[in-house]
Amino acid sequence: MKPSKFQYFAPASLGEATALLHEHGVDAKVLAGGQSLMPLLNMRLVRPQVVIDVNRVSELQYVSPAPGGGFAVGAITRQRELERSHLVRETAPLLAAALPFIGHLPTRNRGTVGGSMVHADPAAELPAVSVALGAKFVLARTHGQRMVPAADFFLDYLTTALEPDELLTEVRWPALEGRWGWGIQEVCRREGDFALAGAAALLKLDDDDRCLDARVTMFGVGGVPVRMERAEQALAGNKIDSATIADAARLVSEDLTPQSDVHASSQYRKEVAGVLARRTLREALARAQETAFP
Amino acid sequence: MTESLEITVTVNGQEYQRAVETRLTLADFLREDLGLTGTHLGCEHGICGACTVLLNGDAVRSCLMLAVQADGAELTTVEGLSRDGRLTALQQAFQDNGALQCGFCTPGFLMTATAFLRETKNPTEAQVRDAISGNVCRCTGYVAIVEAILQASERGGE
Repeated sequence: MKPSKFQYFAPASLGEATALLHEHGVDAKVLAGGQSLMPLLNMRLVRPQVVIDVNRVSELQYVSPAPGGGFAVGAITRQRELERSHLVRETAPLLAAALPFIGHLPTRNRGTVGGSMVHADPAAELPAVSVALGAKFVLARTHGQRMVPAADFFLDYLTTALEPDELLTEVRWPALEGRWGWGIQEVCRREGDFALAGAAALLKLDDDDRCLDARVTMFGVGGVPVRMERAEQALAGNKIDSATIADAARLVSEDLTPQSDVHASSQYRKEVAGVLARRTLREALARAQETAFP
Repeated sequence: MTESLEITVTVNGQEYQRAVETRLTLADFLREDLGLTGTHLGCEHGICGACTVLLNGDAVRSCLMLAVQADGAELTTVEGLSRDGRLTALQQAFQDNGALQCGFCTPGFLMTATAFLRETKNPTEAQVRDAISGNVCRCTGYVAIVEAILQASERGGE
């Protein structure tokens, strides 16, 4: 139960890191917080020839306001730093609420924002809220960079749009304008474990309490975090009450075909997903109604 | 390219300089190279929390770090808690409450709770349970451990 041999590089700048990725590409694994990669190395489930440790690329560690009211998070920012950030709490309360669900204190002390995104576990919270909030991912390579919306970044179970010579450098989170409410909940076997099913709901109301925008994102119930289109359509444009929420929650449950595994059956996950959608929509509604029209 | 690197770390106040293989985990470095076997290895993949140490004051799993990543860092292991043979308030509370049975998980609980109590004064029981949710005990359950942490807090901290 020890890592197999690898060549180890610890670049000190983004330029060095992308140059190493350019050179080693598919043979390399990028080591950030290590909370997902180190178990895989220890168990020898991955045996990369090259490990590129980006922990010393300090230019990728920041939380800073971005033009347009949102904020940008450097890829190696620790989850715990984000949890402590006032900017995050004020600008993206849904993200702030998701952070304590991630692993445990000691894993959040090391685990990075970028690492969790790139690992792309379908039950992980950060990918889910990035899809819910419409975050954007900045991917860099030796020659230039590109920006990919969260919805296009997660392709399948543990699979992202990141090319072998690319490094995720930043996640940009937009600010939500208007009367938004949010809710996030999950069910897991033990606190801090990966969710058997999870839901993140966002509702935007007009000054008449009519729904202007609804976003229902489910996680742990498919290969990637998924927006529930039929449920969202059932909510948008309507007065939201317990009947419309129950209706949307039923659609969530109907539209999912989760995998069965040793932890839970597909049917159980479907049922729980509906319950979580209902509960988080109720939370989102209550929070949106508390928010005064700006 | 290197398969072995020279590192300098301060562990429990003492500085060490060693050449280590780059694939060596911090946990194995502490145990095998420095002989600090108080840090226990249960699962080696980040589930059990037995190998928790303080890295620049933060509780981290030492099985999920490479030793080379600790270069320049200040570490505290369970051996570094007591001073001149005097137990910390937390260690004393573990003893007083029978918060250990076989003792295998105890170093991890002590390190996790030490960091937690430094950051959280007068925690609620729910906060304590959340803080230790990443540490696994297979003998006694958690009631006595939670009581010990709460009592240590009442007695003035970690």
